[in-house]
Amino acid sequence: MAASRSSTPLLKDELDIVIPTIRNLDFLEMWRPFFQPYHLIIVQDGDPSKTIKVPDGFDYELYNRNDINKILGPKANCISFKDSACRCFGYMVSKKKYIFTIDDDCFVAKDPSGKEINALEQHIKNLLSPSTPFFFNTLYDPYCEGTDFVRGYPFSLREGVPTAVSHGLWLNIPDYDAPTQLVKPLERNTRYVDAVMTVPKGTLFPMCGMNLAFNRELIGPAMYFGLMGDGQPIGRYDDMWAGWCTKVICDHLGLGVKTGLPYIWHSKASNPFVNLKKEYKGIYWQEELIPFFQSVTLPKDCTTVQKCYVELSKQVKAKLGKVDDYFNKLADAMVTWIDAWDELNPSGSSGKLANGAAK
Amino acid sequence: MSQVIIKDDEVDIVIGALQSDLTSFMEAWRPMFSRFHLIIVKDPDLKEELKVPGGFNLNLYTKSDMDKVVDSSSSTISFSGYSCRYFGYLMSRKKYIISIDDDCIPAKDSKGELIDAVAQHITNLTTPATPFFFNTLYDPFSEGTDFVRGYPFSLRSGVECGLSCGLWLNLADYDAPTQALKPSARNSRYVDAVLTVPARTMLPLSGINIAFNNELVGPTLLPAFRLAKEGKFRWETVEDIWTGMCAKVVCDHLRLGVKSGLPYVWRQERGNAVESLKKEWEGVQLMEEVVPFFQSVRLSEAAVTAEDCIAEIAASVKEQLGRSNPMFARAAENMVEWIKLWKQVRSL
Repeated sequence: MAASRSSTPLLKDELDIVIPTIRNLDFLEMWRPFFQPYHLIIVQDGDPSKTIKVPDGFDYELYNRNDINKILGPKANCISFKDSACRCFGYMVSKKKYIFTIDDDCFVAKDPSGKEINALEQHIKNLLSPSTPFFFNTLYDPYCEGTDFVRGYPFSLREGVPTAVSHGLWLNIPDYDAPTQLVKPLERNTRYVDAVMTVPKGTLFPMCGMNLAFNRELIGPAMYFGLMGDGQPIGRYDDMWAGWCTKVICDHLGLGVKTGLPYIWHSKASNPFVNLKKEYKGIYWQEELIPFFQSVTLPKDCTTVQKCYVELSKQVKAKLGKVDDYFNKLADAMVTWIDAWDELNPSGSSGKLANGAAK
Repeated sequence: MSQVIIKDDEVDIVIGALQSDLTSFMEAWRPMFSRFHLIIVKDPDLKEELKVPGGFNLNLYTKSDMDKVVDSSSSTISFSGYSCRYFGYLMSRKKYIISIDDDCIPAKDSKGELIDAVAQHITNLTTPATPFFFNTLYDPFSEGTDFVRGYPFSLRSGVECGLSCGLWLNLADYDAPTQALKPSARNSRYVDAVLTVPARTMLPLSGINIAFNNELVGPTLLPAFRLAKEGKFRWETVEDIWTGMCAKVVCDHLRLGVKSGLPYVWRQERGNAVESLKKEWEGVQLMEEVVPFFQSVRLSEAAVTAEDCIAEIAASVKEQLGRSNPMFARAAENMVEWIKLWKQVRSL
């Protein structure tokens, strides 16, 4: 029997909000009622000499490119530059159990009754309740209020598994690729789908990093957002790459990935011509990547996320290296990422990092 | 996406009558049903005369019709209770079949408008399904939505949809223990989405509000697995759950889609779940054993039609499950017999 939760814990000392930015953080004003209790990790992309103004009253640490280079040294080359993929540096330096990441053009949405949606609270609900990847429940997340497992749902599967990822959605500007944006520049997502569901085991999905939360202790090292942006042949596939790696590893380790609520309001439509230039290689490389991820198997002795990830990087090199040399570099960067992660997060470590203090 | 035009004569609406007075049911559905041909099948256990209002284009089948087609002295196939509708599927020659339980009426959507469940099922069946990759904005062929960034282009044409499984407001399709523990639980959440259930993922396929492409998967919707004390309330049956798992395996193998979500119907209160709990639950326990079987069964490349697939599944059921319990062996026999019947009826 699924139990419903009457109040959601705040988790204010267990969750960090990671925000990549190149402009400013004005959007935080709208989120203040929901975000103020939490610690922010701001990853400043682009020109490090620029000062990013953080609205008063927020507790934060900020890292620019100079900080990233100082902290990681030669390993800094695994962190993208001039691309929001740099956000994953924030995951690495966090010391908290949960991460919520959001883009700086995402605002508070309203549900159909007109009420403002506390996206963070919904993500926490999603992460704190189990997932059900082995059998699809036709009434969606059975742990939500007002719903349950349907007739025919195996009783032996009703405890579910721990939830590693909560993938939220977007009203207004939908997350379309460049070709779709070009063909349908005026389409807006106005459909509020009042459901959360588990993405079944063995099924891949496109994971968008705009409105995303995860259990860092369960899956953190898999959330590497790849090599994008400056000096790289591809962009706008950072979150996709992380999503496919994460899903394969979650499936292997018996963890769940949820998608659906909460919605945020996505306000800015990026330039489709710029996007096309960034994406075009991804669009045809994807056709090789998908069969690769769909057929990946990880050996039984990969019992930690790091072991899974390193094994994945070997397979990326072996099978995708021939698609383009980029994948050889990416495979190396995946290993660098894990090395850096383990260095910054040794088992049993406590205490904050010296650099990157709030300015 | 361009709208597919369906001819009304491509659709059969099959109703299993478990109650004798269908007047209020039919009147409630009249605006949605009246264009189409109906097949009404009377539960052979029902003693009273059926009351059906006029103004519908329909065929009525009763026990005497069933006896002409199926020799009850030699067959273990039963059309009793909820299984009566399968006789309607057997008799239908239409491309699309829609079936709704006779204790359901049209529901209202979040705007307060009556939902045309028939039209929504037809839309689901005539637009492609996307079982090989999950689209986070759900059915990309719905209006106002599309495939999201990162969805492989080679998978965007989708595959044909074999099954459309709708949902229920008010009394959701819960099992007896859940219903008994939460007697006042009512489903009031209208989830405005249709989605494709991914390939190789099993689901509990409820027969309460369902539609399918008869040409593609018709033989798959069959009466095979009966509980020893199966009754006249949905939570006293698992026949549709068994059939649904077979149907999902068949669709996965034939690269057809199974959609779930809209349309909703309003399911009325009926029965007492606690009373049902007093019955034996051996059958429900048996269903736990079959899940690993259905999740792992694989069909040969030679199985290219729904009939071929059912024959192979039946053989596997007999071999792998039949040994542990005669109920499975009987289910396998029923499946084999059904395929024979199916072919026989169509060759007349």
